[in-house]
Amino acid sequence: MLRRTFLGLLTAAAVLGTVTTAKADDFIIVQSTTSTQNSGLLDAILPIFKEKTGIEVRVVAVGTGQAIKNARNGDGDVLLVHAKPAEEKFVAEGWGVARQDVMYNDFVVVGPGADPAGVGGMTDVVTALGKIAGSESIFASRGDDSGTHKAEQRLWAETGVDVSAASGGWYRETGSGMGATLNTGVGMGAYILTDRATWISFGNKGSHRVLVEGDSKLFNQYGIILVNPAKHARVKAEAGQAFIDWLTGPEGQAAIAKFKIGGQQLFFPNAKGAGAAG
Amino acid sequence: MQDFADSFLLAIGLILSGDAELWAIVLLSLRVSLTAVLVAAVIGMPLGALLAVGRFPGKQTIIVLVNALMGLPPVVVGLMVYLMLSNSGPLGVLQLLYTPTAMIIAQVVLVTPIIAALTRQVIEGLDAEYAEQLRSLGISRLDSVPTLLWDGRYALMTALLAGFGRAIAEVGAVIIVGGNINHVTRVMTTTIALETSKGNLALALALGAILILIAVAVNASVSLLGTTARQSAYA
Amino acid sequence: MHDSTTFRDVADGVGIPTEDLDRPLLPLVAENLAYSVDDRALVDIRSLTLRDGGPTVILGPNGAGKSLLLRLLHGLIEPTKGEVLFGGRPADETIRRRQAMVFQRPVLLRRSVAANVDYALKAHGVARSERRERILDLLAMGGLTDKARQPARTLSGGEQQRLALVRALATEPDVLFLDEPTASLYPGAIKAFEALVRDADRAGTKVVMVTQDIGQARRLADEVIFMYRGKIVEKSAAATFFDAPASDAARQFVAGDLLI
Repeated sequence: MLRRTFLGLLTAAAVLGTVTTAKADDFIIVQSTTSTQNSGLLDAILPIFKEKTGIEVRVVAVGTGQAIKNARNGDGDVLLVHAKPAEEKFVAEGWGVARQDVMYNDFVVVGPGADPAGVGGMTDVVTALGKIAGSESIFASRGDDSGTHKAEQRLWAETGVDVSAASGGWYRETGSGMGATLNTGVGMGAYILTDRATWISFGNKGSHRVLVEGDSKLFNQYGIILVNPAKHARVKAEAGQAFIDWLTGPEGQAAIAKFKIGGQQLFFPNAKGAGAAG
Repeated sequence: MQDFADSFLLAIGLILSGDAELWAIVLLSLRVSLTAVLVAAVIGMPLGALLAVGRFPGKQTIIVLVNALMGLPPVVVGLMVYLMLSNSGPLGVLQLLYTPTAMIIAQVVLVTPIIAALTRQVIEGLDAEYAEQLRSLGISRLDSVPTLLWDGRYALMTALLAGFGRAIAEVGAVIIVGGNINHVTRVMTTTIALETSKGNLALALALGAILILIAVAVNASVSLLGTTARQSAYA
Repeated sequence: MHDSTTFRDVADGVGIPTEDLDRPLLPLVAENLAYSVDDRALVDIRSLTLRDGGPTVILGPNGAGKSLLLRLLHGLIEPTKGEVLFGGRPADETIRRRQAMVFQRPVLLRRSVAANVDYALKAHGVARSERRERILDLLAMGGLTDKARQPARTLSGGEQQRLALVRALATEPDVLFLDEPTASLYPGAIKAFEALVRDADRAGTKVVMVTQDIGQARRLADEVIFMYRGKIVEKSAAATFFDAPASDAARQFVAGDLLI
């Protein structure tokens, strides 16, 4: 009986093992960031592309730093992230073919309803961060070399505050993704710099709300890059380029503009030369 | 806490709705982890048994090593397997990264030491009892391995279940080598991690409840199997 | 001389060279056989010869080295010194396969009664077609026919030891070693076990049995070996031993005194 069951399990596993692997090769892998996935944007627009071209887009959503690293290793066909200097370096070093703007959204500073640093309603993000540091209110940082983390560090540099000195004190680095950092930050009543898209779709806001927004320095640009087939022969250049062309073209841009949560538009298409804009 | 009540209702709702997407994720989880445990058993059980009955130099060192490997951090295993399977890695030609096969490989690495170490312990105890009798029957040390494995089958079930528990519950390895790609490599644990990062704590907890249910179901069926086998299958 | 043709019939089927089987296992001879731990000799035998014939019973108090001697003779442990010769040859796998042993505590496989017997037959290369009938015969011999499908470990103590014995006899050994097999059994169970031992003896198997039970020795022994502190103190015909033990130790033991 036991022997038979073992055999049964073995057969079942063997059958299961073959079912879903026998799939056509018409897919590409996009290395992207958690913000595009967690917000639901990609889930909303990728089926449209698949419908049109038959190409399945498989998204690996990690921090921008890790996404770039994975792409350098050739473990993806397209890179869709938001850290322009790092992206330009990626292309300059020959890992990517070319970089194109796709869309933008913006960063906001969220914080507890009680707002101990009193930054609510401010539009000057550098001054607001200075006040948070001055009052030593808790600030939760991604601390993971992601696009958002890089943007946050650029802003701190402008305030002249040395946050590394406060690390472990009021400045707390979670070393995690945006969602995990929001969960942690909400839990400890911290101020957090987040992209608006993730924040709007985030389900565990607690008393936290947007306190600082509207500064041009909070602009968050997304770029898209085809991984260089000259570096990695397995890159599906044709399908990857088709996806880039679609996303930066009228249809893709319109799809981005149409994606809304609770009536709010989360991403604003701004690819150059695209007909439709949000 | 509100979340617990919410998630409980949500879990029941999800199960009753027969949500196709959820079932696909559950099936993929089972497929990946059961296959991994099966492969790990095929490697780990004979290995553990040989460590129990074999007499060779360095045996104690290997035992210590295998025992220590039971505590392998999944993230580290994920990273190692990623580096092997990456297009820049030595096994990149196999094109396995971001597939269920990659997840199975990572879990096999995680589970094999557990099954091997527990098997060694079970077989060592049984061997202490059987060794003289088997020798008297003219069975060599090496030939006694299948006998010991078969006679230790009920205790070894626990080793398999421990391995399965480890595999079905880990997220660190599969999220790195699988990429948590929707409809391709998304399993229960990576879905829970994703929903948590989206702040959908009630949903994440509900999925967690379903994961626990799966684990209970697997353990219960093995336990039932053991009981009926013990009662009727001695022939 | 016992008739051992039946053994030949069985073994022929599995390709063991017949010339080996034609050569008798007995006499069993041990010269200067010793087993020491940390230079302390637990067993130290100057000379021992066991000939074909009725049962030899090894008697002696606790710690005399009886069980160790049995294991040395059967080849379960390696002597520190000396060797055991069977019909003039050192033991090899073929010779070991013509012996069997039953232990003080029966070691039954976690399988059915029938499967335990089947295991021994299979280990000795008996063809599947023959095994079924042999199993039925052996179980009938042990009075275990209606327990055939029962898990072996659910048997009573006496049944377990009978199963261990018929399993040992399944391979029709030339020599059967018994290590205090009835030490923990009730009188009724002991009686049934001893009957099986007598049958085996009559069928031509040389029985070598360790016991502390003088009554059992009186009932079964043709020949007695008396061991004390690792040495063979006396070896004589049973009647001689019980009527006129030669050594002080044996005299005290037969008289029922406590020997330390």
